[in-house]
Amino acid sequence: MLAFIGRRILIAIPTVILISIFVFTLQHLLPGDPILVMAGEERDPAVIEALREKYRMNDPIPVQYLAWAGAALQGDLGISLRTQQPVLELIGGKLPVTIQLAVMALIIAILIGIPAGVLSAYRKGTWIDWLANIVALSGLSVPNFWLGIMLILLVSVKLGWLPASGYMPLSEDPMQSIKVMLMPAFVLGTGIAATLMRHTRSAMLSVLKSDYVRTARAKGLRERVVLVKHALRNALVPVVTVITLLFGELLAGAVLTEQIFTIPGFGKLVVDAVFNRDYAVVQGIVLCTGIGFIAMNILADAAYRVLNPRMSDQ
Amino acid sequence: MQTLKTLGLAALLAASSGLVHAQDLRIGLQEDPDVLDPDQSRTFVGRIVYASLCDKLVDITPQLEIIPMLATGWEWNADGTELTMTLRDGVVFHDGEPFNAEAVAYNLNRSKNFELSRRKSEVSSVESWEVVDDTTIKISLAAPDATLIAQFADRAGMMLSPKAAEEAGEEFGLNPVCAGPFTFKERIQQDRIVLEKFADYYRADEINFDSVTFLPIPDTTVRLANLRAGDLDMLERLAATDVPSVMSDDGLTMEKATSLGYQGITVNVGNGDRANTPIGTDSRVRRALSLAIDRAALNQVVFEGAFAAGNQPYPPDSPWFNTAFPVPERDVEAAKALLADAGFADGVDVEVQVANNPVQTQVMQVVQAMAAQAGINISLTAKEFATLLSDQSAGDYMASQIGWSGRVDPDGNIHQFMTTGGGINDSKYSNPEVDTLLNEARLSNDTADRKEKYDAALAILQEDSPIVYLYHQVWIWALDNNVLGFVPYPDGMIRLHGVSMTE
Amino acid sequence: MTAVVDPQVLADPLPPRRRNRAWEKFRRNPYALLGGAVVAFFLIVALLAPILPVPGPAETDWSAVRKAPSAAHPFGTDEIGRDVLSRMIWGAQASLLAGVVSVAIAVLLGVPLGMLAGYLRGWTDAVISRFTEALLAAPFLILAIALAAFLGPSLQNAMIAIGLSAMPIFIRLARAQTLSVMTEDYVESARAVGIGHLGLIRRYILPNILPPIIVQSTLTIATAIIAEASLSFLGLGQQPPAPSWGAMLNIAKNFLEQAPWMALYPGIAIFLVVLGFNLLGDGLRDALDPRDT
Repeated sequence: MLAFIGRRILIAIPTVILISIFVFTLQHLLPGDPILVMAGEERDPAVIEALREKYRMNDPIPVQYLAWAGAALQGDLGISLRTQQPVLELIGGKLPVTIQLAVMALIIAILIGIPAGVLSAYRKGTWIDWLANIVALSGLSVPNFWLGIMLILLVSVKLGWLPASGYMPLSEDPMQSIKVMLMPAFVLGTGIAATLMRHTRSAMLSVLKSDYVRTARAKGLRERVVLVKHALRNALVPVVTVITLLFGELLAGAVLTEQIFTIPGFGKLVVDAVFNRDYAVVQGIVLCTGIGFIAMNILADAAYRVLNPRMSDQ
Repeated sequence: MQTLKTLGLAALLAASSGLVHAQDLRIGLQEDPDVLDPDQSRTFVGRIVYASLCDKLVDITPQLEIIPMLATGWEWNADGTELTMTLRDGVVFHDGEPFNAEAVAYNLNRSKNFELSRRKSEVSSVESWEVVDDTTIKISLAAPDATLIAQFADRAGMMLSPKAAEEAGEEFGLNPVCAGPFTFKERIQQDRIVLEKFADYYRADEINFDSVTFLPIPDTTVRLANLRAGDLDMLERLAATDVPSVMSDDGLTMEKATSLGYQGITVNVGNGDRANTPIGTDSRVRRALSLAIDRAALNQVVFEGAFAAGNQPYPPDSPWFNTAFPVPERDVEAAKALLADAGFADGVDVEVQVANNPVQTQVMQVVQAMAAQAGINISLTAKEFATLLSDQSAGDYMASQIGWSGRVDPDGNIHQFMTTGGGINDSKYSNPEVDTLLNEARLSNDTADRKEKYDAALAILQEDSPIVYLYHQVWIWALDNNVLGFVPYPDGMIRLHGVSMTE
Repeated sequence: MTAVVDPQVLADPLPPRRRNRAWEKFRRNPYALLGGAVVAFFLIVALLAPILPVPGPAETDWSAVRKAPSAAHPFGTDEIGRDVLSRMIWGAQASLLAGVVSVAIAVLLGVPLGMLAGYLRGWTDAVISRFTEALLAAPFLILAIALAAFLGPSLQNAMIAIGLSAMPIFIRLARAQTLSVMTEDYVESARAVGIGHLGLIRRYILPNILPPIIVQSTLTIATAIIAEASLSFLGLGQQPPAPSWGAMLNIAKNFLEQAPWMALYPGIAIFLVVLGFNLLGDGLRDALDPRDT
């Protein structure tokens, strides 16, 4: 196992480097000069020159990249062009927010998706299956930014049940924190719930046909016991691995949700950074998400092997 | 006994009837401010925060007159090259350091010479200064500059604690220390900025809040939703289209003030190769475009009539507006005639670049539809603001829809755009007569004299029209009914002196 | 854009004879028919846009700004007086085009790469797989935003951006399917008999990987349509005054209270089209699935 993980990490390193080079180059090819925007309305040439020097914008791109890479290896991801705040600090501050959103969304997705998947697999072909499938597909088909806007209108403005935007750290006021995140988590979670439901259904279906379930039934065990103790437990194996991968999806899907609900998280940070040409921030974020995604992948593979020792090396 | 009891009860009720409990005022902003350092800062919303964080040497009235703030008086010498300012006594910075002429000298130096200072051009006329005594400073100018006092009413005049600025250097913005009514408590980027009441503020009795929280919420609908839901107490830049619904809402009040700036279409008349176009080379085409636009209808359709139509750098209600040229009515026939004169009776093509946000694109789509009826075929290219600015500066455009936030002094709305080689003259317009008039207008302190010169310059600009002015934004604030005493200012700032909130 | 391939798309390879049964199964599947009908409806509307009796999508009317649905304007008017129904019909063109072209780009680039990786294995496979992983690690929307910003905001560039972001899915899919097919007995025997590379690809690999790719394409079109709407929502897709549902929603969110119809109809349209493609994809998968699950 250790060797397996070690090998995967080794393979991942060139990928990470590749990502960082790719994004770095892309950013610097983007039209529009951040220095002009930063210099303010008056665009004083002396200020512009000073800023260019300070941020080494006059150096050739490979030199700039190496400077960034060198600093990054020592843990210094540069500073935000916009507010001078260190990128690492920025990311550190925003990541817990998006993670809270993602975890809440995942919980909602699990609460909806897995039971729905189990039910529709068990009652395959009946109207329950049909209904669950339609609902799941609908969840996938609704543009989540539209859902978010509609929810704000209904729940916050008309009914006043939940706040329309903002954020409260979990440590400060847990109740308020959860209230504020409920709508965005719901919007994000429903999209994922559909995928989760379909995967659960598919896994349950193949498990329900398997030999050991037939054996369990033949032994005369009660249906519920068969379902939960034998079928579900085995079906969960592929589902768990899917969840670890979906986490990456959630992080990306949070972008629009955070924009609409004004949640100061990762997603919003990235969009704003791209629009403001805040190079260091985008670079830092892509690096972190890249590493995170690859880590999740490795985790998923490892989990799969642990849960299912019969899987051979591919 | 009964009377005593009643009196006592009445007194209790009066005392508890609202003002001055542990109160936090929550203000919704359109954007997140950039770095909180007055010398480095460049955003409009940053200035809103400074209104509560950093006092300046002088301030303005809603009528744009200059009044004392940290400076109690000022005097020019005979030829306008020396400004002697008397400073307020007994003022301290948030860190306890005394405010005095030395501090002002430090700040002038920083604004002028700090490597990353964005205020250099604003104080460029300042040559040297002399600390006469604790409360007097003499500033010497290279040449007379009528705009200097107005600059001190904004970021160039904001006083930072020399000790804190020296220690923090360019990181001052992470923990700003000034002399305003509130001190900096904390900032979570894109979430909130929290300020706390400064107990030793020299006008502390006018401040009725213990803390102020600024919450950037870019989406106008969501911002209003927050106000309605009670999560905000007031917000800035209410969308013009939300005005009717706020007016009919009993729980909310609305305040307006015409801004100092403008929005228009800047035409490339001399900035590189892309100036060789019909609209770039012939002023008749530009004037035709201006005549083809129904500014009143534009205002009505996009802004519900809330904004102000415009055809000059100054809004019609500004003292600097040239009344000889009122905002024109639409005249399609005259526009067509001008085009025919210029040789484009069959129509002319114009490419306009515009920032890709909903309001500006809406404005340009309306202009596009109107211009088409006069034979001017506008094609739109929406660009992100960073790209727009870049391309405009480099001359890579034919026409660009862009605005200017406006300055208190009239020079600020015209000089850098219209003089040859002006710092923000992206159209590269050049007219020696205009240059002379505008340069002279800066030197004199006599308002009548300046007005004459600006009027003359504006008359020439009406002919040449390198910028087709469209409208002037109106600042619109929405407040909860229980916020009292708010006064709208044309500079869009939220001054909290005298503002209070009942429970 | 999901990096997780939907289950059952990875079907076992089909021996050629059974494909004729697919159409029969498709016809009997209610999902597939419903989805197919919805998609067909929107396709027809989009194609017939120029001849339908509605005002032009760019025709403005100052006196009819943000008017509620009425006889003259069945879906109401928008912020500068244009007919919403008309803009929705023309917007269908943009959305469907965005969906189809993006996926076409993804398939045309991704499938050959994936097949190459699965067929040749070794170093080619390693390089392509690392490249795919790198692309997948950048969050899709971020990649799309950066690409769109780089290329300039427009519908074409949005399609390219989405296509490139969706490419990794097809690389992975094609690769996995190719690997799977290569291990089949009949492929081994074909090789033994002496059939060359091109013959193998043409006769055995391509026909067998096509079904899951068709299914995945349909599902990806659905995601691509939402992706275009998202990009337009952020201001990076179709530019005004050309209509696109996502761009319409972007403007509409500022007028939710005054003119809710501006947001309602485009949102419903996106929902229906995407649902249609999802149902169609599901139906296709069930029809092409050799296992009678």
